[in-house]
Amino acid sequence: MALIIVYPVLYTGWMSLQEWYASSVTLPKFIALANYQHLFIADPRFREAFFRTLYFAALVVSGEAVLGVAMALLFNREFWGRGLVRTLSILPMVATPTAIALIFVMMYHPTLGVMNYLVTRIGVGPLKWTYSSQTALYALALVDVWEWTPLIMLIALAGLAALPREPYESAVIDGATGLRILWHITLPLLRPILIVAVLFRAIDAIKTFDIIFIMTQGGPSNASETINLLLFNEAFAYFNIGYASSMAVALFAIVMGASLILMKVRRSEW
Amino acid sequence: MVASVAVAALSPKKRRTTDVLRTTGYYALVCLAMLPTLFVFYWMVTLSLKTQVEAAGYPPHFFRFAVTFKNYAEVFQKNPFILYIWNSSVVAAGSTALGLIVGLPAAFSIARWRQQGLALTVLVARIIPGISYLIPWYVLFRHLHLVDTYLALILTHLVVSLPLIIWVLIGFFEDVPEELEHAALIDGCSYYSAFWRIALPLVRPGIVAAAILSFIFSWNNFLFSVILAGRHTRTLPIAVFNMISYEEISWGPLAAAATMITLPVIILTLIVQRHIVSGLTFGAVKR
Repeated sequence: MALIIVYPVLYTGWMSLQEWYASSVTLPKFIALANYQHLFIADPRFREAFFRTLYFAALVVSGEAVLGVAMALLFNREFWGRGLVRTLSILPMVATPTAIALIFVMMYHPTLGVMNYLVTRIGVGPLKWTYSSQTALYALALVDVWEWTPLIMLIALAGLAALPREPYESAVIDGATGLRILWHITLPLLRPILIVAVLFRAIDAIKTFDIIFIMTQGGPSNASETINLLLFNEAFAYFNIGYASSMAVALFAIVMGASLILMKVRRSEW
Repeated sequence: MVASVAVAALSPKKRRTTDVLRTTGYYALVCLAMLPTLFVFYWMVTLSLKTQVEAAGYPPHFFRFAVTFKNYAEVFQKNPFILYIWNSSVVAAGSTALGLIVGLPAAFSIARWRQQGLALTVLVARIIPGISYLIPWYVLFRHLHLVDTYLALILTHLVVSLPLIIWVLIGFFEDVPEELEHAALIDGCSYYSAFWRIALPLVRPGIVAAAILSFIFSWNNFLFSVILAGRHTRTLPIAVFNMISYEEISWGPLAAAATMITLPVIILTLIVQRHIVSGLTFGAVKR
């Protein structure tokens, strides 16, 4: 366990204070905080990747939250085939991301892809999807939303099943109607579990790697380069281990920030 | 509410018609909501069954096309695909087995003795971005000449499988009544054998669920394998990713390969679907 989890954490922290190329024969050189100084002050590419990462995470999580809750509300009653619907909803989350990314690459093809056929049928586009720097990030976000909306939906469904009945009974007596009940009773009661769901998703969305690496590799012209992608290239294309480690620490800090909020929320809710 | 009051005011016959309409409308909405999910899988499978000409035909052929299995044959002819399947299976099974050995006692002690520190460690391990493990592992395994070995992949996939296993199992251990173990202890059992002979058999369904979940997510892993696997241990996701780089436009075989990677996952999912959400949310949602 120490080898697999503790050692990497310590090693990354230590290497982030060094200058070292894994491709060269020279030994690591201690340069204290110079990597961080460069990272936060002199590296516009990192700054762009930083905000792009947060933007991507905000984009996918808000999309997934709205769609997930809407679907949960739709499915929250007895109907024929409910079990089947539940089973099918799980599939996008467990299907191999590589396979899903591949299928989307083919569906997004600008001239032969089925997505352009579908959107032109409803009068939008044709779009360039992952093939244009203007739309690439959104096209990737759509894949993520497709994959992970079901998670929010299933969590929201579990939350809906556990709601108390009394507020609804008194609301009906008071003459409240469907939408007002939804807005003033259901959503506030769901809020605690939704916050947890959203934070779990946010933590993972910040770390999104597979679909971006497979579909765009951060391109076109860095348009979809998140910290994860930049870091991967810095480490395994340029072997700039010291600098990449400082990026890893920064990424870790971002994710940790989101997690601390999560744990605080969890503790107060459970 | 208003709608149901209005329906109640109608004559019985009209009310029935309205009910039928509402039900039909509801099922139409359900189908619409499920359409994007189903379409992607449908498209994957149908692309894999189309000929090269029809797969790249525009406008796309949605329902009517000649079914062929040539794409599947081609995947096996042009790539050592059996080797990749074997590699993926060995790594996933290995990290699952190792994950169970470590995870079972860990989950038990978190559930029984409220080991908050341990629980927190698992949570943190799950939260740390995978890529920040990868740099030290790469340097270490390269130094030990372990890159491109099953051992490196199995060990590193533990980071994926262990939190899943522990979080699924905590829920199961918590459902085992503590009195059973107390009774065993009074009858002269040691803590160890109380765990081994009382708790373990009772959580067998949980072990199956945890194992399958861990297998799935190790099977799916891309990030660790893309760096630490080599020619001999290349797993399926990496192999299929490499196919895309070289065969940009031959969609049929790519879709066939994608279908073949996904199929085992889907079959396994059908077995453990009830526990998947619990595993993915650190037990935040039980069922």
